[in-house]
Amino acid sequence: MINTECQDERHQKGHMHLPNSPLWAHHLTVSYDKRKIIQELSVQIPHNSFTVIIGPNACGKSTLLRALSGLLKPELGHIVLDGKALAASKSKEIARKLGLLPQSAIAPEGITAADLVARGRYPHQSLFRQWSETDEQIVANAMEATGTRELSHRLVEELSGGQRQRVWVAMALAQQTPLLLLDEPTTYLDIAHQIELMELFAELNKQGNTLVAVLHDLNHAARYATHLIAMKDGHIVAQGRPGDIVTEQLVEEVFDLPCKIIEDPVTKTPLIVPIGKRNSQ
Amino acid sequence: MQPIQFGRREIVLTWPVKCRVGVRAAAITLVMLGGVLVLAAMSLVYGTMQVRLIDAVGAIFGQAEGMTRTVVVEWRLSRVVAAIVFGAGLGVSGAIFQSLTKNPLGSPDIIGFSSGAYTGALLVLLGTGAVSFAMVATGAIAGGLATAVIVYALAFRGGSKGFRLIIAGIALSAMLSSLNAMLLLRSDSDAAFSAAAWGIGSLNGVSWLHVAPASIVTLVLLLLSGLQTRALREIELGDDAAKAHGVSIERSRFLLIATAVVLTAVPTSVMGPVTFVALAAPQIARRLAGSSRSLIPAAVMGALLLLASDFLAQRAVKGTILPVGVVTLSLGGVYLVWLLFSQARKRQHD
Repeated sequence: MINTECQDERHQKGHMHLPNSPLWAHHLTVSYDKRKIIQELSVQIPHNSFTVIIGPNACGKSTLLRALSGLLKPELGHIVLDGKALAASKSKEIARKLGLLPQSAIAPEGITAADLVARGRYPHQSLFRQWSETDEQIVANAMEATGTRELSHRLVEELSGGQRQRVWVAMALAQQTPLLLLDEPTTYLDIAHQIELMELFAELNKQGNTLVAVLHDLNHAARYATHLIAMKDGHIVAQGRPGDIVTEQLVEEVFDLPCKIIEDPVTKTPLIVPIGKRNSQ
Repeated sequence: MQPIQFGRREIVLTWPVKCRVGVRAAAITLVMLGGVLVLAAMSLVYGTMQVRLIDAVGAIFGQAEGMTRTVVVEWRLSRVVAAIVFGAGLGVSGAIFQSLTKNPLGSPDIIGFSSGAYTGALLVLLGTGAVSFAMVATGAIAGGLATAVIVYALAFRGGSKGFRLIIAGIALSAMLSSLNAMLLLRSDSDAAFSAAAWGIGSLNGVSWLHVAPASIVTLVLLLLSGLQTRALREIELGDDAAKAHGVSIERSRFLLIATAVVLTAVPTSVMGPVTFVALAAPQIARRLAGSSRSLIPAAVMGALLLLASDFLAQRAVKGTILPVGVVTLSLGGVYLVWLLFSQARKRQHD
């Protein structure tokens, strides 16, 4: 029953046009290794939102993020960034509007934190102007915002996992794009560093950035997202404010996980408490 | 605002391009350039026929006649220019491939591109008996590119890159070396004899006829690689990050590979497959100059290494002039063993 409801919702929302959505996709089909991961998916990222995409492994959430960022070319459908078709935009032009923190980024050996953050300035530079005072100011601001300013002279390979991830976020910030896409930015971090990063993202969102993140942790998503997209099998099952859409039925449907939903005593957002098969009698 | 600390002393250059330059990298590069100049001067002056430095310089600027001119300009200068320009080409070629494969072993002399270029040159030389340098060079470039295509085709199946590429390259390199030996053995012409002489890489008997065009091509490609350095540094962050920063990754990677292959193939068509320079120059330059965005330290180090090796090769054994490849191969062998051990140790620590 919930299924049909959600599908109705999906169809309504798929055709509803959000005013000034900075990034939207229409009837998207994306394949990877000849397998259709996403089929006929339409989505709009609300302006000034902190959108979080959740779903079980292999549901297509990272694929969707990669397609939205222009890393994967969709087979069918189109993506519109800032009112212009992504396929018709030059890669540097895209990079000035949309930043991405990929999962797979590698820090070259011997690079310092500030040097890595400065790499984010690439789309704003040219052969003859490879550095400017503006670049320096923006790198400093990005490191200030992520609390990595004191690490600037340190080698990236010598930083802790949490520090390193914040440096990567600073690099994406230095790109100075109104839109920032994050692919599982908190994976492999301990809980304190995860919360620290989520707070940073929420703060960046408050300052006017539109953020889109793929996350594994449902509770982080429910607490910090202003807009939640739940995916399963390459489809969007539900989307909206976490408080409106996170229900026991939704979690059971999307993750196949029986749970109880209580109110987060700190933020009053939904808090998911898994029951687990053993306790489900 | 307090200036940001980049972890090393830097100055901002405003001309010819506005960029940050590490003070240490710049200083080391200048010292290496000084070394190149001193070695070049020594190579021009010393030899069976001693020439005063002032006469040698005069000869270069057309102020000498007869034997002095012939010795300095025709024999020694062509050799010095070849060592400097080809050394720089090999150094940059190595730097590009090591960066693309993200591995210090991923240099063109290890992963078969120099052997492939030599195969190409041999096929043209022995097959057609061609003496036209343009044809031999074209053969070398074609051989290098063909090897690159094969290595990449072998390595990219399944998607993983770096280390697979090196293994595939080493295997192909071994096969190509035996193919080269077979080509030489099965041919009994004079061409084979002279080709075999630079089988290990030699600057003996090079002349302006070959050095001039090959140097011009190499210099143009060095300039081209300079234009692509920024994209190369972005690709080091991984394909996704580079793309997210607006690098057209397929195009940039293709250009970089093509440039680096030709930077190996053209010097190889003149002096044969000289090993070690492409492998070691970028790494030594890095260790001395610190990590640098520029390819210039690797280029200057390459020039210094090849020039120094050739200087040694001409004087190490009294009465004989060794091929420069013998010197680089002996040095390179030691370096390679050390590199493999330190890599293995690092792997254990990881």
